[in-house]
Amino acid sequence: MHLNREKIAIIDYGMGNICSVQKACAFLGYEGELIDKPEKLMTASKAILPGVGAFGDAMAMLEQRGFTAAIKDYAAQGRPLLGICLGMQLMFAGSTEGLEAEVPAAAPASMAVESPPLHKGLGFFSGIIRRFPANLAVKVPHIGWNLVECQPGSALFAGLPPKFSAYFVHSYFAGDTLAPYAAGLCRHGLDFVAAVEKDNLWAAQFHPEKSGDLGIRLLSNFLRRNPHVD
Amino acid sequence: MLTKRIIPCLDVQKGRVVKGIKFQELRDAGDPVEAAKFYNEAGADELMFLDIDASHEGRSTMLDVVARTAEQVFIPFSVGGGISSIDQIKDLLRLGADKVSINSSALRNPDFITDAAMHFGSQCIVVAIDVKKQAEGNWQVYLNGGRISTGRDALEWALEAEKRGAGEILLTSMDADGVGQGYDLAITRQIADAVNIPVIASGGAGSLKDFSDAATEGHADAMLAATLFHFRQLEIRQVKEYLQGLGIPVRMDCYQ
Repeated sequence: MHLNREKIAIIDYGMGNICSVQKACAFLGYEGELIDKPEKLMTASKAILPGVGAFGDAMAMLEQRGFTAAIKDYAAQGRPLLGICLGMQLMFAGSTEGLEAEVPAAAPASMAVESPPLHKGLGFFSGIIRRFPANLAVKVPHIGWNLVECQPGSALFAGLPPKFSAYFVHSYFAGDTLAPYAAGLCRHGLDFVAAVEKDNLWAAQFHPEKSGDLGIRLLSNFLRRNPHVD
Repeated sequence: MLTKRIIPCLDVQKGRVVKGIKFQELRDAGDPVEAAKFYNEAGADELMFLDIDASHEGRSTMLDVVARTAEQVFIPFSVGGGISSIDQIKDLLRLGADKVSINSSALRNPDFITDAAMHFGSQCIVVAIDVKKQAEGNWQVYLNGGRISTGRDALEWALEAEKRGAGEILLTSMDADGVGQGYDLAITRQIADAVNIPVIASGGAGSLKDFSDAATEGHADAMLAATLFHFRQLEIRQVKEYLQGLGIPVRMDCYQ
């Protein structure tokens, strides 16, 4: 283990248990600072967007604390960002979370098909986060250890086996498994995107900080990235 | 495919593991954190701490155990035992616990499940249910380690817990617990089939076959055991290799 002077910003916007991420950083010799003010993002060399809870609430909290614009600026500068769990989902265009039931059964065709109600996300990745359908004969939420298949050449998964077990807890998923950003796939009744990677933007649907040694290795891949524009 | 989880449970009193753990590898086998690290390395998929000391002092030592575990063990872990307030849950989660397990307080005040799930999300609220089979052939929910009957039907209570926002059910058969003759497969299956959240089978594991039975016949999503692992009657790896041999999915890459 080495001690590193780099400051890792862990974005604290009031959603869930984020100290595990901080402790995993400390274990790897990095100081993770919980930041609740967007200004602090500007001096960070790397940032982690964690999160547990509902998509709509999370976006509202980010917006309320002024983080939405700050994270977009940060990302636009090519600086390293890692989303975890809900944090990954927030990096997508939007989510239907909590809005499914509000689609009226007899909605005009144009409304029902072309513009389903959505919570808007940060928009770094195209695609909409949806709930696991009820007809899959699998339990929802998807809780437990499942196999992630890594795409060859992914920097996020460098040094990891091509398939490895990771710990998941979620009811919503990103489904565009063919998208160029889909760095890792998983199956729970259907195939979904377990991790994404696009230049400086990385994210995992699972919890690297709770996925044992292999998860810690993935987190280490992120922490050891070059903090400057890639 | 989701794997079946193997969860060792550590009973903790005043910051020490009780039920005597026989680990010669450990300098201090009575330290719950040392035991947690041992089980993590042994391939446990998750850990459970059960605080069997309800005193104020006992609670604060548990917080210390949680904080130290979270610094060194990077698999999910839950804490149960005497949890009855939102503030208690907040403290445990803040220090690094991933889930809390609530039992008596949920029975006394079912709104507690709803409140806890609203505050922290269903994913970290495990509702523990202790059941005993009745002469009529159904199962009822018991309090205080099986001493007090609540008169509530086990299946109904499990469904209510799910509806109120429980993220998982920890189902312990008080008849099977400590006997080592296998999990109560019938009630495990009834509840696992009725709810759409994971069910952790607990109480009665005594052999390799008990684990596979819980998964295949009991439809359990996870299997919890205490003494069996503490006394080294079975190793976690041995259980997982056995399950794997039967085609039951388990996490094996922790041994690479």
